[in-house]
Amino acid sequence: MQALLNNGFIRWFDNRLPVLSWTNHHMMEYPAPRNLNYAWNFGSLAGLALVLQIVTGIVLAMHYTPHADMAFDSVERIMRDVNYGWLLRYMHANGASFFFIVVYLHIARGLYYGSYKAPREVLWWLGLVILLLMMATAFMGYVLPWGQMSFWGATVITNLFSAIPLIGEPIVQWLWGGFAVGNATLNRFFSLHFLLPFVIVGVVVLHLWALHHKKSNNPLGIDYKGPQDFIPFHPYYTIKDAFGAGVFLILFAIFLFYAPNYMGHPDNYIPADPLVTPAHIVPEWYFLPFYAILRAIPDKLGGVLAMGASIFILFLLPWLDTSRIRSATFRPVFKWFFWLLMIDLVVLGFCGANPPEGFWVPLSQVATVYYFLHFLILLPLIGWFERPRPLPDSIAKPVLKA
Amino acid sequence: MADQTIGAHEETRRDFLYVATGAVAAVGAAMAIWPFIDQMNPAADVLALSSIEVDLSPVPVGQQITVNWRGKPVFVRHRTEADIEEARAVPIEELRDPQTDEERVVKPEWLVMVGICTHLGCVPLADQGDFDGWFCPCHGSHYDSSGRIRKGPAPLNLAIPGYAFIDDTTIRVG
Repeated sequence: MQALLNNGFIRWFDNRLPVLSWTNHHMMEYPAPRNLNYAWNFGSLAGLALVLQIVTGIVLAMHYTPHADMAFDSVERIMRDVNYGWLLRYMHANGASFFFIVVYLHIARGLYYGSYKAPREVLWWLGLVILLLMMATAFMGYVLPWGQMSFWGATVITNLFSAIPLIGEPIVQWLWGGFAVGNATLNRFFSLHFLLPFVIVGVVVLHLWALHHKKSNNPLGIDYKGPQDFIPFHPYYTIKDAFGAGVFLILFAIFLFYAPNYMGHPDNYIPADPLVTPAHIVPEWYFLPFYAILRAIPDKLGGVLAMGASIFILFLLPWLDTSRIRSATFRPVFKWFFWLLMIDLVVLGFCGANPPEGFWVPLSQVATVYYFLHFLILLPLIGWFERPRPLPDSIAKPVLKA
Repeated sequence: MADQTIGAHEETRRDFLYVATGAVAAVGAAMAIWPFIDQMNPAADVLALSSIEVDLSPVPVGQQITVNWRGKPVFVRHRTEADIEEARAVPIEELRDPQTDEERVVKPEWLVMVGICTHLGCVPLADQGDFDGWFCPCHGSHYDSSGRIRKGPAPLNLAIPGYAFIDDTTIRVG
């Protein structure tokens, strides 16, 4: 990069539009904590997944027809006739799952190492906004193939809004553009599904801006003391992120080529039929914990509010967690409850995947109560009563001692 | 002394690793790009429609039908004796794109051509122009009764698609 800037023309250009020195500043010289572990790979992987979704999505849009009578057939044509269409569609469908996998791991990393705490609250909020946008985008994308799961997923999710008292019904009709999910709904979902990823890109830019302004958190969760705590992003973390991308792509390829429909539902290969609901409808796996919370509450409005609250509560996390220690490494009590929360989310996932019968109902209710208990009661109390282990003096010291 | 100035940066195993990593990434990216390019090529269902059969029996002498082949117009002209004689009387050295009438037909009475002007792709009008053939209204190209360019900006004769007679009154184009 420095060699490039010695070139006369490039220096002239950079002086007028500093793209090169900006890139150099943010992607090469950028000081990153010297002790980042592999849990810090998921941010760049989420970026990779977003790019993959946008590129494959633009290509799929070249062949897809957003019309209720033609959408299903156009997707089948992509699978059978378009050159590499099967590959591109499977990349997009599995890419959505992998996007959620890395984003959930990215969020779990933030929860474990306290990355949401001051001074990174806005960074955390922007991440949650990205998550909400991803959920909306993924939901609308799943409607586009216009199979049975698409149609009934769209019906169920849009009907969530009918729980709102008085104005619920008009809002749902407004969302549908009719009296049921139909061609108008499909068209607007296609339009928004194309738009929202670029909104996500915009929020990602803000997310990175906030990150580079306050710098990365690190596994010790302590503030940086000076230049000895940092190493330049390039080559140390570019190469580490590249290695992570390699591992990610291997796992992605395994699903892509050997189990492309593992995370999908066979019912979505049946064309949408507004007169018959499939016997057992479930959302995609990444929505299952939230779906379980929705069903756990035996009240329509209550279920919808609980599901919404399960995500919006995360916006308050920087203040619900009363401990000033960021990293769970130095929080012996919090560490246990972190893993309990992870288990609780997995349990909720299984509850969401199974029909709401038998012991799944009380189990999902217990898991839902625990989810809110963790954030509203346990986190504030742990912060007050926990005795943290002593923090190291600096990031550099334990690294250089070893 | 020279070594100190030029060889300040010695080649190391790390340099090799960088270059090798970059090379693998570049080859991988190049291979991954191909499906994204190839998806824009004609799809299998489009290629499957690339040949058609045309029944010639309803076309009387002196008349022409236009059929759709790969989304393009194909002129099938049942030529009169006068048309054929006129086309064969033209001295070949006068032509911009020299081709005898015999080279352009399987059976002299049937002229089969892609009805797209070789200038910029408009569809020429039949029975018009100065040469008893076709005339392109877009930029004024004149084609004769064999579909050869005679006047105007077009560089080439109207193209002859690959076709064969299946029987006396049926052809397969493509």
